[in-house]
Amino acid sequence: MIKQIIKLHSLKGWLFTFSLLGIAIVLLPLLNIFAPEDSFLHIPDYMFSLFGKYLCYALVALAMDLIWGYTGVLSLGHGVFFSLGGYAMGMYLMRSIGKEGVYKSDLPDFMVFLDWKELPWYWWGFDSFIFTFFVILILPGLFAFIFGYFAFKSRIKGVYFAIITQAMTYALMLLFFRNNTGFGGNNGLTDFKRILGYSLQEPSTKMSLYILTAVVLFFFYVVARFVVQSKVGRVLTAIRDSENRVMFSGYNTLNYKLAIWTISAFICGIAGALYVPQVGIVNPSEMQPSNSIEMAIWVAVGGRGTLSGALVGAGLVNGAKSWFTVAAPDYWLYFLGILFIVVTLFFPKGFVGIFSRLRIKRKGNQNG
Amino acid sequence: MKISGNSKLVFALVVFLTMGFFLISTVEANDFEITLKDLGNKSRSKIKLAVKALGNMGNPAAIPVMEALKEKRLRISDNDALIILNEAKDKGHDALTGQPVELGSLNLRKPRINNAVRRLLSTAIGKLKLFSDDPEIRLSAAQDLLKRSSNNLVELIEKALKKETQDEIRNLFLLVLAKEGLNSDDKSKRLQSIQTITNLGNNDFKTALENVLEKNEEDEFLESDSEIRDAASNAIAKIEKRQFFKNQAANLFYGLSLGSILLLAALGLAITFGLMGVINMAHGEMLMLGAYLTFVVQNLFKEYLPGYFELYLIAAIPVSFLGSALVGIILERGIIRHLYGRPLETLLATWGISLILIQTIRLVFGAQNVEVANPSFLSGGVEVMNGVVFPYSRIAIIIFVVGVVISIWMLLQKTSLGLQVRAVTQNREMASCMGISTYKVDMYTFGLGSGVAGLGGLALSQIGNVGPELGQLYIVDSFMVVVLGGVGNIAGTVAGALSLGIFNKFLEPVAGAVLGKIIVLVLIIVVIQKRPQGLFALKGRMVDN
Repeated sequence: MIKQIIKLHSLKGWLFTFSLLGIAIVLLPLLNIFAPEDSFLHIPDYMFSLFGKYLCYALVALAMDLIWGYTGVLSLGHGVFFSLGGYAMGMYLMRSIGKEGVYKSDLPDFMVFLDWKELPWYWWGFDSFIFTFFVILILPGLFAFIFGYFAFKSRIKGVYFAIITQAMTYALMLLFFRNNTGFGGNNGLTDFKRILGYSLQEPSTKMSLYILTAVVLFFFYVVARFVVQSKVGRVLTAIRDSENRVMFSGYNTLNYKLAIWTISAFICGIAGALYVPQVGIVNPSEMQPSNSIEMAIWVAVGGRGTLSGALVGAGLVNGAKSWFTVAAPDYWLYFLGILFIVVTLFFPKGFVGIFSRLRIKRKGNQNG
Repeated sequence: MKISGNSKLVFALVVFLTMGFFLISTVEANDFEITLKDLGNKSRSKIKLAVKALGNMGNPAAIPVMEALKEKRLRISDNDALIILNEAKDKGHDALTGQPVELGSLNLRKPRINNAVRRLLSTAIGKLKLFSDDPEIRLSAAQDLLKRSSNNLVELIEKALKKETQDEIRNLFLLVLAKEGLNSDDKSKRLQSIQTITNLGNNDFKTALENVLEKNEEDEFLESDSEIRDAASNAIAKIEKRQFFKNQAANLFYGLSLGSILLLAALGLAITFGLMGVINMAHGEMLMLGAYLTFVVQNLFKEYLPGYFELYLIAAIPVSFLGSALVGIILERGIIRHLYGRPLETLLATWGISLILIQTIRLVFGAQNVEVANPSFLSGGVEVMNGVVFPYSRIAIIIFVVGVVISIWMLLQKTSLGLQVRAVTQNREMASCMGISTYKVDMYTFGLGSGVAGLGGLALSQIGNVGPELGQLYIVDSFMVVVLGGVGNIAGTVAGALSLGIFNKFLEPVAGAVLGKIIVLVLIIVVIQKRPQGLFALKGRMVDN
């Protein structure tokens, strides 16, 4: 097993991966603590929430790449799994506010506002972090499993599958928008105070969450690498390229697709759960169809079918988004729209594809 | 000369009659106008007399002046002219001549009225309206009476009822009397009132009837007579039953209306999906473009052809169709053509296009909704049943959609382009081998689909808000229509759209708008378990891949 894991990368590859991890979880925090405030090397506290957010997006992109890049199943509903994880975490955070809300009640503020007298049954257990933890691990995956089972069983695929998942996220968004659903309606869950007793306002809590996210991302990167390089991964790629042939060769594609779909949703749920405490809010707009489509473009920009591509893509697109929404908010949608078009038309292999093409060219020049 | 007592009497009578005649004729000749002017008299008793007299004269011209007086919008100028102010009280016109007057230049006085005068005014206005020669005025007066208490007008209404010839107004009068009759002391009158309400009443009477069935704190019925209670509960049941049917009819109509719009939105989507196997995520934006083109045409007409403003909608039909079709063709030629065989990428690229289109509209027209007015021939509606109004705009849309669907069907079935479209849909390579220029077919079909969506936007602009996100609101629903109806055949799309629309509207009152929508989406997912290619899929033996 360990041997297999070591084989996932060449020596150079491992060195590179670990040095990235090292930069993320050792160097950047050290720069924050030890570099003097006025030095350009100093990284301010607020950056870590932002970095943490990006890492969560990268985790989503990883999940998306597994199902779309490797298996060829385009999901336009991954926002749902992200939100389910996020809402579960949000419910825990809501409960740990205690009586410090605006209304000084044991219930979350929005329930007091709606004049509810007691917690709905589905909020039971969210006082406990352990319970919440298991919900985060199980719920998104379980939901994906049930949905995927019915969808894949009736051989819904391609664009059909894409728009069905879009309808799914749309429906859930509407559901969560209702005040009566019991998740804070329009405003969602927010005003969190602490996690596991640590204040969310504290820079050290933020930094810890960020480091945790980086470690989780690293872990799932290795897991994903392991999956795609295994035999299962080969079958998944074959399903992407010609599902019928795989079926005719005697594989039950339903099981493979269902498994990777569930794993993908599972990872996405965890990303959501890590995202919410760092951003401080979760609301139904996370389930907007447009959000889920954006997740696809992260992968497409970075390069489908390469795990590093997904991570790079998530970083690039969201970095651009952060820049645009400050510098030229009117043109962000233009940029995003053009990105969708240009990438699909001219760079089907994305950023990583351009990179490797250049490398091949250089090699060719050297040889010639 | 000796005058007998008898002739004295006759003389007195003659004098009296003459004077009486004289009086009356003075009133008739000097008339109305003088009495009307008395409304502005400084003496309150004079005002009262004038109000009574005007009520008896039966000249409907007095109605606006009396209403203005009642609503404190009447002013009197120094030269005793009556001025009626508008609701905002910033403009006014002369009550007699109708000429607008300059308010600033006049020294205006408010007439002094109190509640006694107001009561008299209500009666007099009611009287004038109830006995007006214009059935429209009588109708609206009767409708007004239904909305408020009218116990001081009962005798008047009874009189009006006797004179009334039109059934509709008669029924309203009967209902007004019945509503008052419910409080009568006479048992038979109460029973009769309940009977009238049972036959003619609508939901508005439910509270009145329920009051009859109310209990006091000791759990005793306020109404001691069980016969009356039975009649009342019977009446409630009847009214509810009638209301139920009305609601169903309304649901059916609004469902058809929603379905027909979904149909316009989904038709193009289904055709292009069937033909090329791609989902055009920018299809919703074609709806939006159509709506905005309608808006532009409307504004052009307002600017350059105000005399023909009503016709802008007709002119907008070809404009919205061609405009959207042109954009569709550009998209197909410029982008989608290069992505053949990669449907998922097409989906993403077209999503990018939709973002660009939305943002462009936002920058050009602003993020707020724009206003598209109904032409007057589409405003208003027809009251099919008491309380159920079908707006003309929605009726027109249904007719319009029927026309569009028939034309598309004819196009696909009866023209050579249609034949080619069907051939390419069935088997692209084979059609190409037979000499069909598939790329031309793709282009025209895409243009057609987008154009139809543009017409959908035109239709939408008549009943809803027009804003940059218009397309996004309908796109998921129109995808669902395509999923439900299957691709590549019109019948499936029609059935899918109409059933989705009607089902939605029937679910809404039961489950609420949002939950209804969720139920529909879940049901669709269930349905495609059984029929993965839609309800009306084309049969084929090809392996998809």
